[in-house]
Amino acid sequence: MSDELRGVVVSHADLASALVEAVERITGRQDGLVAVSNTGCGRELLEQRVAEAVGDAPAVVFVDLPSGSCLQASAHYLQTHEDVAVVAGVNLAMLIDFLYHRDVTPREAAERAAETAARAVRVLTR
Amino acid sequence: MSVLVRVDDRLVHGQVVVGWGRALTLRQLVLVDDAIAASDWEQDLYRMGVPGDMSIEFASVDVARERFTEWDRADDHGMVLVSDVDTLAQLCAVAPVQRVNLGGIHQGPDRTQRLAYVYLSDAEAQELRALADRGIAITAQDVPTTRPVPLREVLG
Repeated sequence: MSDELRGVVVSHADLASALVEAVERITGRQDGLVAVSNTGCGRELLEQRVAEAVGDAPAVVFVDLPSGSCLQASAHYLQTHEDVAVVAGVNLAMLIDFLYHRDVTPREAAERAAETAARAVRVLTR
Repeated sequence: MSVLVRVDDRLVHGQVVVGWGRALTLRQLVLVDDAIAASDWEQDLYRMGVPGDMSIEFASVDVARERFTEWDRADDHGMVLVSDVDTLAQLCAVAPVQRVNLGGIHQGPDRTQRLAYVYLSDAEAQELRALADRGIAITAQDVPTTRPVPLREVLG
């Protein structure tokens, strides 16, 4: 649906495309998520790639680390785009959940993603 | 040994704080950039990437002229970061820079690839050549575990 949020996953190396592929394998859905790698990019070029991936629709940008070039480029983009939210610390659980909850605002989706990710981290011991 | 000046358009990121940070036991980063030195929110953004055992200082090129000798005395435990060759040239014009590390200069207008992580325009290559001719040691090396590539090899 065109009025649903788009998710853009921004990462070092090939992590973003691997996460998007994993979401597709699990859900069978190929819509809603776009992968962006920082390979070969300075901040400006990476910001340009993020902008192209977001397009002109409201979006959530999922970044791999809470610091570094991926976050810097995404945060820069956020400064001039009100219909975007950025969430750092992407994991598979938050992406899968996001795919089914995209009829909210970018901020609401980002906050939900952070809560989903936190709940997905478990410690198992013998 | 004098303080290492790194040219990296990503500035504070994993290769710097983890790769070089552990290898050199870095305790102090200095980011020399006129725009970032004037922007509180950008400084906050870069501070997010600095581990707890490291500090960071932001400086314009003008301030760097006054402060560089002090950073130089901190030698092995500090690193000065600039984002591009133009800023490096400005810094070298006002401060006694002796060692330069080309750590990441990526695709941009008129640039061609020299290494996997170094793209330079002809003008930037000429600027680096001029700095090397003044006796500044310039090598390319993205992380400490890779071979430092001498500038003459980078430029071919």
